[in-house]
Amino acid sequence: MQTRRNFLKMTVLSSLMTLSGLASFSVLAADTIKVGILHSLSGTMAISETALKETALMTIDQINKAGGVMGKQLVPVVVDPASNWPLFAEKARQLLAQDKVDVVFGNWTSVSRKSVLPVFKELNGLLFYPVQYEGEELEKNVFYTGAAPNQQAIPAVEYLMSKDGGSAKRWVLLGTDYVYPRTTNKILRAFLKSKGVADADIMEEYTPFGHSDYQTIIAKIKKFAGEGKKTAVVSTINGDSNVPFYKELGNAGLKATDVPVVAFSVGEEELRGVDTKPLVGHLAAWNYFQSIKNPENTKFIKMYRDWAKKQKLPNADTVVTNDPMEATYVGIHMWKQAVEKAKSTDVDKVIAAMAGQTFKAPSGFVLTMDEKNHHLHKPVFIGEVKGDGQFNVVWKTKGPVRAQPWSPYIVGNDKKKDVPDSK
Amino acid sequence: MKLFFLALLLFGLPATNALAALDPALVKQLAAEESDDKISAIQQLSADASPEAVKVLKAMAEDALLVTGETVFILEGEDGNLALDAATGKLVVPAPKTYESITVNNRVRSTLTNALAAMRLFDPDRAVRLVAATELQSNAGIEMVPILARALAKEADAEILTLLKQAHAQANLANPDAAARLAAVDVLAKSTSPASRGLLLPLLEPANEPDVKVREAAGQAIKAIESRLVLGEILGQIFSGLSLGSILLLAALGLAIIYGVMGVINMAHGELLMVGAYATYFIQTLFRATLPDYVDWYLLAAIPVAFLVAALVGMLLERTVIRHLYGRPLETLLATWGLSLILIQAARMLFGAQNVAVANPVWMSGGVEIMAGLVLPWNRIVIIGFTLFVLTLVWVLMQKTRLGLFVRAVTQNRAMAGCVGVPTARVDTLAFGLGAGIAGLGGVALSQIANVGPDMGQGYIVDSFLVVVLGGVGQLAGAVWAALGLGVVTKFLEGWSGAVIAKIVVLVIVILVIQKRPQGLFALKGRSVDN
Repeated sequence: MQTRRNFLKMTVLSSLMTLSGLASFSVLAADTIKVGILHSLSGTMAISETALKETALMTIDQINKAGGVMGKQLVPVVVDPASNWPLFAEKARQLLAQDKVDVVFGNWTSVSRKSVLPVFKELNGLLFYPVQYEGEELEKNVFYTGAAPNQQAIPAVEYLMSKDGGSAKRWVLLGTDYVYPRTTNKILRAFLKSKGVADADIMEEYTPFGHSDYQTIIAKIKKFAGEGKKTAVVSTINGDSNVPFYKELGNAGLKATDVPVVAFSVGEEELRGVDTKPLVGHLAAWNYFQSIKNPENTKFIKMYRDWAKKQKLPNADTVVTNDPMEATYVGIHMWKQAVEKAKSTDVDKVIAAMAGQTFKAPSGFVLTMDEKNHHLHKPVFIGEVKGDGQFNVVWKTKGPVRAQPWSPYIVGNDKKKDVPDSK
Repeated sequence: MKLFFLALLLFGLPATNALAALDPALVKQLAAEESDDKISAIQQLSADASPEAVKVLKAMAEDALLVTGETVFILEGEDGNLALDAATGKLVVPAPKTYESITVNNRVRSTLTNALAAMRLFDPDRAVRLVAATELQSNAGIEMVPILARALAKEADAEILTLLKQAHAQANLANPDAAARLAAVDVLAKSTSPASRGLLLPLLEPANEPDVKVREAAGQAIKAIESRLVLGEILGQIFSGLSLGSILLLAALGLAIIYGVMGVINMAHGELLMVGAYATYFIQTLFRATLPDYVDWYLLAAIPVAFLVAALVGMLLERTVIRHLYGRPLETLLATWGLSLILIQAARMLFGAQNVAVANPVWMSGGVEIMAGLVLPWNRIVIIGFTLFVLTLVWVLMQKTRLGLFVRAVTQNRAMAGCVGVPTARVDTLAFGLGAGIAGLGGVALSQIANVGPDMGQGYIVDSFLVVVLGGVGQLAGAVWAALGLGVVTKFLEGWSGAVIAKIVVLVIVILVIQKRPQGLFALKGRSVDN
């Protein structure tokens, strides 16, 4: 009897709660726009993604203070998919179907993006993806504000081949074992071959997510580098594995002047946990560095520092900005502009309005959303690690580069269209 | 550092005025756009090894050589507010407000380090010369031949002389004179450095080396060097295996005791490691705030703290939850798994979801070169030593103390031990605390090589169980052999097949072993074992 009564009570209570929730929602819905934030706040990717959540919240706060979008305030809905790829799909479904958000900013790893794609396609949602990735994808429901391979990986390798980069002749392609490193390395291998590098001069090596013992791999790299040709390492290691990797690199005495390591997933944020003195000279390729000097960037850095202090983030006095944070910031602003142009948050209308949007980014360039291919035109920078964990820009492109999501170095891509298939 | 600058200021200034200043055109060229110009300027400036040149190049290597418009200067003084012109050493008036440091990329840096090292070869201090000569062991170019020859002529110390000869030979490999190259190859053949092999390999190709004699000499030299290198490589793999094994052992030792005594499958064991690692982080923060001078020794203080904190958490878990579930393995498994989630979330709420930075103390950074091509990182050496220490401690505790006797008795036959008056409930709590405390010690070690975050323990729980299951229950020796064996096997497999495959193969091996010997490699024999 007791349980039965309890059950009744619970049912009444929960239905009441649902009702009140619905009621409050319909009141709110009139003057607010819901925005989903889908970043891992725990697990192996938290090292990188937590800062993106903070950037998104900061940008939303900034937009709200300036009057919101079309006079409506933005309401962020934050979920934590916990570096768990299937959970990403569940949380995406929750954001779209249950919370009814109009747009989602999120994901870091490609495997998580691949996991949410079917959900966004099915429910016709809108995703802004802020991280450099391997390309080979063009979806109507996604805008890619990070770099495609020709905006990051290829220029970085070309730099290392140049005289200033050390004229590397042998290559170690090292990565975490999932879709982004595997595809990027496939593209790089084809690119290197087209430049006359033999297969024997390329070593490909993968580690699981969260791998923390890099002794063997460093020893292998040392051996591989001792074959008489200048060797460079291209690292697509993702997440917190980078910390033990760079620690081991420093301890083993592998200096950047002997074997430079260029990383595509390591920025200012990832280096916060590492003593960078032994790493001076190792490289990273991005479309933005905190050390770039221009008024836009000064404003952006100050805004984030103030935000960190206000939110009392851990180590708020040492926060840094990095490329995916800039891409998040740019993405949210471009979405705002597109909504205002479309005068609606309707996904299809916003997608149409996104084409050709421009925004003056902290990288110092005016970035343009491509008319057709959902990718940003971005400048490319190559930086060397300094003793203080910042990067010294040693090379950059003259202007923004148009993205090639279908890399010409993969066979069959020449037949693919540069526009997403509409439904 | 400040003192050093002050000294430079006091003594350097008058000296600069007295001595000839640097060529202003060359100094300006250091700030050139093209790396080639920078490099040629560095080489010309370093040619006469004057103290002014040393100072300017040193500043450049430290990103402290600044440029504004046409002026190249260095900031000095107590607060770094004195701008000194790099060429003349005179004060720049007015002091520049905006400036940039001269960009040094890897190519320029390599020339710069070589130039600085070469200039230090003439230092009166033997230690300074030795370091400089060691630095020149990789990538000394042909342009360094004259300065190296000069240093060789002056050097008296035998050790430095050997190093210099190698560097000289290395630089001479690009000499257009075939005889000089041949001599260089002969010198390098005697060297033990793996870098020499890399330097000699290109000489095997006719395209790079026109002279047949030099090619043949290089071929022989490479063979000689390779035979010396193989040993180093194998030793290196064994060492990394031992290192991994010692970490596995630290992670699994506590589990072995808990599982051995109480038969509890403690899924929260990984989180006890995490507690130890966070205790280390906490002590580090405390030292930084209160005892900044002794920050390098925080690790020693962290050891007892981590042990105690983890032991207390462990005993708390045992008293409140686990003791009510003895004899019900499935329920304990679920309950401890729940506890692990609670502990992870607690850490997340206390310290944030992101990893925290635990720095290696200075004495644990870097490595020591045991032999050619074999660098052993200090942090791993220290951890192997620490594992030995913990192992000894546990052994003494188990074999020589009354508590150890009780624990062993309960492990072997709980009912009988209870009959003869062993307070089994209290032994359970203490043994659980001991196991948890050892996990805390493991956490201290892990904090030095892996990431410290709320879910760091999850990565070790499976490995720890592998060790315990493989080694067999109830014996320390089992855990030791299983951990070291797994470590060495994993590392050899990794070298051969990559980390992902290695992990799978190790699991398959363990499954096969368990099928053959379900009781593990080292089970207790005899009728005393329960069940």
